Parts: sequence; C-alpha cells; structure tokens
Amino acid sequence: MNQLEGVVHKYYRDNIDTDVIIPGQYLKIHDHKELAKHAMEGIDVEFSKKVSEGDFLLCGRNFGCGSSREHAPIALANSGIKAIIAPSFARIFYRNAVDGGYLLPIEVGEETCRQIENGDRIIVDTLNSKLVNVTQGRKSYDTKPFPALIARIIEAGGLINLDPHQLIDV
Amino acid sequence: MTLTEKILARGAGKDSVAPGDVVFAKVDKLMMHDVSGPGVIKVLEEWKKRGTNLKRVWDPDKVWVTEDHFVPAADKISAKNIITLSNWTKRFGIKKHFKYGLGQYGICHTLSHEEALVLPGEVYVGGDSHTNTTGALGAFAAGLGHSDIAYVLHHGQIWFKVPETILFKLHGELPSYVMAKDVILRIIGDIGTEGGNYKCMQFSGEAIDRMSMEERLTLTNMTTEAGAKNGIIEPDSITESYLKERTEVPFQCVLGDEDANYSEIHHYELNQMGPIVARPFSPANTCDVREVQGVEIDKAYIGSCTGAKLEDLRAASRLFKGRKVKVRTEVLPAAQSIYISALHEGLVNIFVDAGCVVGPPTCGACCGAHMGVLGPKEICISTTNRNFPGRMGDIESKTFLASPLVVAASAISGKITDPRDITT
Ligand code: SF4
Repeated sequence: MNQLEGVVHKYYRDNIDTDVIIPGQYLKIHDHKELAKHAMEGIDVEFSKKVSEGDFLLCGRNFGCGSSREHAPIALANSGIKAIIAPSFARIFYRNAVDGGYLLPIEVGEETCRQIENGDRIIVDTLNSKLVNVTQGRKSYDTKPFPALIARIIEAGGLINLDPHQLIDV
Repeated sequence: MTLTEKILARGAGKDSVAPGDVVFAKVDKLMMHDVSGPGVIKVLEEWKKRGTNLKRVWDPDKVWVTEDHFVPAADKISAKNIITLSNWTKRFGIKKHFKYGLGQYGICHTLSHEEALVLPGEVYVGGDSHTNTTGALGAFAAGLGHSDIAYVLHHGQIWFKVPETILFKLHGELPSYVMAKDVILRIIGDIGTEGGNYKCMQFSGEAIDRMSMEERLTLTNMTTEAGAKNGIIEPDSITESYLKERTEVPFQCVLGDEDANYSEIHHYELNQMGPIVARPFSPANTCDVREVQGVEIDKAYIGSCTGAKLEDLRAASRLFKGRKVKVRTEVLPAAQSIYISALHEGLVNIFVDAGCVVGPPTCGACCGAHMGVLGPKEICISTTNRNFPGRMGDIESKTFLASPLVVAASAISGKITDPRDITT
C-alpha cells in the first residue's frame, strides 16, 4: 500500500463540503455501493461514471468540511477513489477517512495542486511522502508526511485492527 | 492548562498535556442518532465479518440515542433505520433512547443540555458534527464519524490530538435586537470556515458572564462552522443552576488554569453590534443585515439545534405577536420539552395566529432531508447553521443564516429585514 497509481480527477476549489460530497437526502442510505452512485453529486452528477477503481481526487483547501457523516469517505471510496489530494482537510473527514480505512488524505502545497492537471496519471508514494506525475514527465512533488499515529492506523487498515494499548504513545 | 487540555489530560490519566500531543482519552458520554446510529451499526457488522465482534457495549449507561434527522419517518428506508436502531439499543441494554412520539425527544444536541445528559468536565463524543454545542456546559464535546464511535463502543476510549485553544473575549452588552447568533456569525465571518480547524474555540469575557445558557449554546454550536474540534465555555453559576434544574446527578466544575496558554486571543466589543446575516453559500460569507435588506424570500425557517431553543422561540414571538407572516414560515421547537414550554407560555398561539406552521421537533428541513425542503431557486432565511449549496434542498436554492429576530422580522415583511425596522 506504499505506492498507488491512478488518474486524477481535479475539482480545484476550496471548502468542498459534505453536503456536496453526499447530499443530506442520502444519509438514510447505508448501502455502500448505493452511496457511491451519488458521490460528489453536488458538484458533478456524472462523477461516479467518470471514476475508475484506483483513481484520485484533487481538490482545494478544507476538503470535507461540514457534517461528520462517514457517508462522505464511504461514497468516495466505493466509487473507486483511493486517495484525496488537497492542501488541507476538515478534521472529521480526515479522521473518518483514516480510522475507517477508506482512503488516504494526502496533504500537498497549493502550487502542487495548480500544477497537476485533470486526467494526469499520478503515483502516490506514501513511504517517501511524494507524488510522481507520470503524465508530466515524472515530475515529483512533496506531500506532508503522516504523523506517526496516523501512519500506524493506515498501515493497519483502520482503527479497528488496533487495540488502544497498541496506539498509546505511538 | 486550558480547560480543554485539563479535561483531556484527566481523560487520558495524565498530569498534563500540551497542544499537539496525541492522547487516548476515556469517554464519559457517547451519543448517536438515527443517521449515525445505523451507520455505526453497519460498521460494527463489517467489523464482525472481519472477526471483531461487539459482544457488549463498554458501558451502556454512558450511551444515549436520539431519533431526530428523519422523524417523523420520512419514508420506508427511514422507518427501517429506526427499527434497526431500536433493536440495537434493546439488544445492548441502552436505556436512554429518546423515541419520536414517546414523551421527551428532540434534536440530539438540544437533548444533551435539556436533559443534562452531559456534565461539566466530561469527555463527550457524538456521532454528529455539531456535538461541539454541548461544550457550552464546560465539557469537552467533539463530533466523530461512525468508525470512531464504533471503536468507542468497543473500548470506551479514543485518540485525540490535543487542540490549541483560541480565546474569544466578548466585552460589553448585546443590544436588545442582537443575539448570540449574530456574534458567532460575525466571528465565523472574521476567521473563516477553516479558522478554527483542528482547534478549540473558547469564549469568555463579561458578556459571557451575563449570557444565558441557551445563548452560550448558540456560540459553541457554530464553532463547527469554523471547523473547530470543540467549542467550550468555562462553567459558572449560570451553568450550575441550569444543570441543577435538570439533574440530580452531582458534578464538579473544572476550570482552566489562570496561566493557561492560548494560541490566539480575539476581543469583541458587543455594544455597537448590529444583526449579521450569512449569505449563500457559506456561513463565513457574512455581512450586516442592512446590506441585504429587501432581498425577497420564499420561506422563513425557525428550527434546529442552533435556533429553536426556548429563548429563540421567545425572541421570534416578540415580533410575531399581533402580526401576520408574508411568506411561508415554519417553526419547529428543538425538543418536545421546549415545545411544551412554548405551548404553556402562549408562544405557539402567537406563531399559529401569525400564520406560521408549528411542527414537531426534527432536523428534517435543516439538512434538506424532508419536512419542507427548498425547491429550485427558492430563497430561505433560516435560524440554522449551514448554507452550503443544496444544504436545505435543491442545489439551486439559497439560504441566508440569521438570528431568530432577523428571521421573524423577515417573515413578517416577506423580505430580509432588520428587526429594528419592525416597530414594537
Ligand atoms: S438541527 Fe441541523 S445542524 Fe442540528 S443536528 Fe439536526 S441536522 Fe444537524
């Protein structure tokens, strides 16, 4: 899980909130595949049709702000998205993505976001905290390393696979 | 240490903690509702398939459950979710399940204080982002997602990164036509929707010392819109008497240290403040109500954990009394107990006489789920807390966020109106 490769879907705007990622009317749905059909519906009704398994999402600052609905990372992950690349994430979205083991929140600089184009093929290298842009001549960009605790949870595939004592004083 | 640091240190069994530390804190109270509850149950089922089965909840007496988002059952799926939730609480011995249509029930955050379910100094986690609300009681109150809540049900503890605390000192006195809602909208307008991200927002100052519990709760409620991990207010005699009217369970008030470190301190002078409105499509897109007055509206909404507490209803009723609304107006008290008080105080009569619909406590329209969602291009003025695209209905609808006074004034004139322009 140290290297992932996929295509970037770029929706570069700030504050993409959970009402956009999965609108309130779908909160009663708990079937993951059904939720995936409505992922990002507030921004692009065709989204789920455009995404293939293993793709990435690239967005602006404060991605996932708004509600605590875990439907948001679930809908994205089940539509095929494996990582979200953004300058910053809202805290509950970040936790949900990691603790639920759904997808990777990758923090990068604003300049990196501007350089990567919609449709670029990217390698996400979490071991070396880098992105490699295959489409743009293997140009590489730094990503913010995961804090130790987050890295441990990601490695375990979600919080459930760890008892509290395995996490205290990480 | 600040109050938040002290509570997290105690929860983690440490003498002290500092911002940035990651701690595992013991949880004192846990809440889930009819959206997060079934979500958590689904996570528990997934985990069971992977070999981790929840046999018992770490402490059933510390867990409480509400039905608020999709009640009255909006459709067959919602009805099924409530059955799933009820079966689960029964099976795991959760006694505090507040059921729609069975005595006291209401919006989760409103019940947290109305029923004194959370007490000062506690670590409280809820399966809802506005769990921050309850921090006004002097507790550490933070929202979590389904997996985290499921983890707490297993282990009774969860990780937190200790947040730095931003202190907002509120000075002076609020003019009669200005409410806590205006104050928090102004703060969010100043610091932005990311201004509190990962941080604690604490409120203090002589304006807080005088402020009622319900108004304080409006402040902490919307710390979520600034992205904050939690909002908090140090408990005082107002907190104590509010809680003692509602519970016999003894509690101790924890305060921050005199020499606590705050990452930022912001001062606000309230004497000169006027009503504030957040325009579509962000709670931070604020302006003076005068800048948008005259905007024609299709609906006025007085509801939600932010703006349908008893004092919110009282404020609105001051303007509705003896007048008629010009646009469709819905008033939904945030809990059954508030509905009952509003009835006994004659507020319900005032609303109904003014032409409003008074509905049952529910999140319904606040999150665009049911019970009065907005159609394409409709414009709403609302006492709720969010106005992102599509929040209250159609993606092309627009919501202005405002205080109950501004919403009532606007309902009466059919366009956005400063309450000072309605002569009382
Ligand atoms: S009233 Fe609105 S903000 Fe409050 S809990 Fe319900 S949906 Fe969330």
